[in-house]
Amino acid sequence: MSYRQARWSEGSVTEPLIFELGARGRAGYSLPPKIGEVTDIPKSLIREKLELPEVSEVEVVRHYIHLSQMNFGVDSGFYPLGSCTMKYNPKINEELAGMEEALCIHPYQDESTVQGALRLMYELDRFLSEISGAKRVCLHPSAGAHGEFLAMLLTRAYHRFNGEDKQRTQVIVPDSAHGTNPASAAMAGYEVLVVPSNKRGRVDLDALKAAVSEKTAAMMLTNPNTLGLFEDEIVGIAEVVHDAGGLLYYDGANLNSIIGKVRPCDMGFDLIHFNLHKTFSTPHGGGGPGAGPVGVVEKLEKFLPVPVVEHDEERDMYYLDYDRPYSIGKIKSFYGNFGVLVKAYAYILMMGADGLVEAAETAVLNANYILRKMRDSKAYSLEYDPEGPRKHEVVLSAEPLKRETGMTARDVAKRLLDYGVHAPTYYFPTIVSEALMIEPTETEPKEELDRFINALKRIEEEARKEPEKLKNAPSATAIGRLDEVKATKEPILSWRMFKLAGGK
Amino acid sequence: MAHPYIPNTKEIREQMLREIGAASIEEFFSDIPERVRLRRKLQLPQGRSELEVKRHVEELLSRNKPFTEIPSFLGGGVWPHYVPSHVRSIVQRSEFLTSYTPYQPEISQGMLQALFEYQSMICELVGLDVANASMYDWASALGEAALMCARVTGRKKFLVPRIISGERFSTLMNYAQGPGLEIRKVNYRRDSGEIDLDHLRRELKQDVAGVYVENPSYLGFIETQVNEIAELAHEVGALFVVGVNPISLGLLKAPGDYGADVVVGEGQPLGNPISFGGPLLGIFACRRDQKILRQMPGRIIGMTTSLDGRTRGYVMTLQTREQHIRRERATSNICSNEALCAVAATVYLATLGPRGLRELAEVCAANARYAMKKLSAIEGLSAPIFSSPHFNEFTLRVENAKITIKEFNKELLARGIQGGKPLMQEFPELGEASLLCVTEIHSKDDIDRLAMAAADIMGVKK
Repeated sequence: MSYRQARWSEGSVTEPLIFELGARGRAGYSLPPKIGEVTDIPKSLIREKLELPEVSEVEVVRHYIHLSQMNFGVDSGFYPLGSCTMKYNPKINEELAGMEEALCIHPYQDESTVQGALRLMYELDRFLSEISGAKRVCLHPSAGAHGEFLAMLLTRAYHRFNGEDKQRTQVIVPDSAHGTNPASAAMAGYEVLVVPSNKRGRVDLDALKAAVSEKTAAMMLTNPNTLGLFEDEIVGIAEVVHDAGGLLYYDGANLNSIIGKVRPCDMGFDLIHFNLHKTFSTPHGGGGPGAGPVGVVEKLEKFLPVPVVEHDEERDMYYLDYDRPYSIGKIKSFYGNFGVLVKAYAYILMMGADGLVEAAETAVLNANYILRKMRDSKAYSLEYDPEGPRKHEVVLSAEPLKRETGMTARDVAKRLLDYGVHAPTYYFPTIVSEALMIEPTETEPKEELDRFINALKRIEEEARKEPEKLKNAPSATAIGRLDEVKATKEPILSWRMFKLAGGK
Repeated sequence: MAHPYIPNTKEIREQMLREIGAASIEEFFSDIPERVRLRRKLQLPQGRSELEVKRHVEELLSRNKPFTEIPSFLGGGVWPHYVPSHVRSIVQRSEFLTSYTPYQPEISQGMLQALFEYQSMICELVGLDVANASMYDWASALGEAALMCARVTGRKKFLVPRIISGERFSTLMNYAQGPGLEIRKVNYRRDSGEIDLDHLRRELKQDVAGVYVENPSYLGFIETQVNEIAELAHEVGALFVVGVNPISLGLLKAPGDYGADVVVGEGQPLGNPISFGGPLLGIFACRRDQKILRQMPGRIIGMTTSLDGRTRGYVMTLQTREQHIRRERATSNICSNEALCAVAATVYLATLGPRGLRELAEVCAANARYAMKKLSAIEGLSAPIFSSPHFNEFTLRVENAKITIKEFNKELLARGIQGGKPLMQEFPELGEASLLCVTEIHSKDDIDRLAMAAADIMGVKK
């Protein structure tokens, strides 16, 4: 199969900026008439000019359709971006979240007029609690990292409640952790302590024992971890952290692989975030919106942000409970990314208990299938526990290829784009040199996996025989490799800065 | 039966297992300790067909009463506006909708350029040179702004107006916890609602990292002393942070033109539905100053060229500030943001253009004035409470001791109208008051109905 992305261009400019289109006096809008005039605002506060594009509706539409054609989504093709769980996003969910009864409700409306929304949130909390073993799930966070931040705030509230917040100043993260983990801990005011992985790619239990102390507030852990390996000493890890008086936090980025097999809170985790835009199929929108609900065990429930959706069984009414004296307050306005919650809710209903387990099993099979089919390749090696099974993803090292041909993981990733495959995550986790982190998910047919495996093998051959194909890759995309150094050294971050820089 | 989202059927899975010499899928889970394994079925509903799920969710959501059905006068941080059809059709384009963060710029130029245009339009609106590609919402953007001010100045005090949304204040307090910022509220003038400059002067010392005002304010009035506040803040070396409803900037002066160093705000009204309060769109912009730029949170898209220098292109840039590189020393932990909402805002602003946004702002402000006039003409009601000119939100107070604002709203609802947001909890000193919002979606008829219902209620209760 070959691929060629659309490329709209005028000379050296791919699709012009919207600011470069249109003509003075053109407009894309129509508005209802105003009632009366506005005469009471002092002239000194009134705006004199505003430089926005002047374009008609059809120009707006064509421009952004052109841009969309120069973009690649799960609907376009295989997207094995490790740790991002780029599974198919069902269309029915868009339709449901796009209903007027979902879009046009205001968070301050009288509770009697939003019973459907409240019930949906209440039930989604119950579903996620059952999946994770948590007592309660807060739906507020907008993203995984936002959930991590909330979890760190809850951690502090818990230790404060026990009179230990001044003493417990450290959060432990493994060296294989997502970058958001240490960043979230630090943002919440914690000192970050990094524990190394052992030869098997898991947390080094002895190093962990040495790291915990009366200063430990929490440990953040992803399980399966970013190598796709299950932390099989999790029971011991939980014991060490708990014995030291710390909490154990579950980064849910990789939850997709274990649903129905093992529940985070049964493993000893006290807090967990879910990525609804990964595990529960809501689209990622080119960067967001996502949703990162946080589940907690019973002892942490009282600290959750307000409001919590509750159900008054007597009146069969759902309501927003603000009367929670130990609550940490809020981490954003309102109650969470409701539009995203609707999609995740519909997804869970459509999958059901059996479907979710089947998804986990198939995602894991697909990852291990790729791994084992790549085993005979001389170009890639598998670091850490090469005989052990992987879960949702596999991290290959292109180090052998690099040694043999000089081609890097990045070159391979860029060349994959020419095959119509989105590149895997590369150079992460950093504990694997020349890492290619591949997560196929359960929504890819075997044929697609085989195509991917063949592409990797063909690229390996190209690296030996026609290395320029890799060095010059990608060539099937709207543009070739970009000058990222120039972008940093001479930053042009807006139309204004572009014009100031000479506008070329 | 094969599940529609899982193409590898049982038979194919077995074939795959055979091909790789594995006995069963269970083999891949063998490393999970038995004592923590879940050995029962998840207690979740059975999977259903798409049609059944559709019916179920539709039935559930039909229990909501959208403001397209009953006139609603709620704002207070999210505001109802008409979203032109093509805005939604563009953000539903699946190449945008189903893509991840544009880590591979060559295959993601469309999203990168759209976000560059978003940043550019925000810069024009607020009058600053730099904007990031979005934050979660206004409240979290404010939290990040306070943290950034502290990093830039090395100081730990942040001043906010006493008139601020409770949602934003609570969020700010949580963001401030990390470095232990002290958040202090500045009093307001009882007549105009604006910042009490004397109090501000007393609070403003060399230890203040930033001074924050909202314009228009949470309660809808315009802060007219912005020039003085900017000057006062800058005199002590603090940064001046302004929070905005971007629609107001069609009419009001850009904060960058009155001295703002940082602008935050809620981008939802720019082409995004309210959707029960999320997803939203946090606006974050700042002055071009190396010291500030290095401390910015969030994704930033930059223009560059292809490696051969021949073609214009876009990349995520200044990434050494970010968590995936800097880890615990990152300027923020933010990773996923609200990119698609930013694209909606871009399409919306392109559609309106300078005149459209001006007209829209005027329609909102004019309609709100009509509503204030009609309501304040009713005996026992006053609107607004404050004397400073308003944009499109205003306070309504029930002056009649026989009825509370809660009861007043209940009576409105019984007449098929959703009233404003009660303010007793946030501002007990304002009495039985609520915050109302009027935009272009409110017809003269809607406002007349509100006024008639209000008159009826006040008459009945007299």
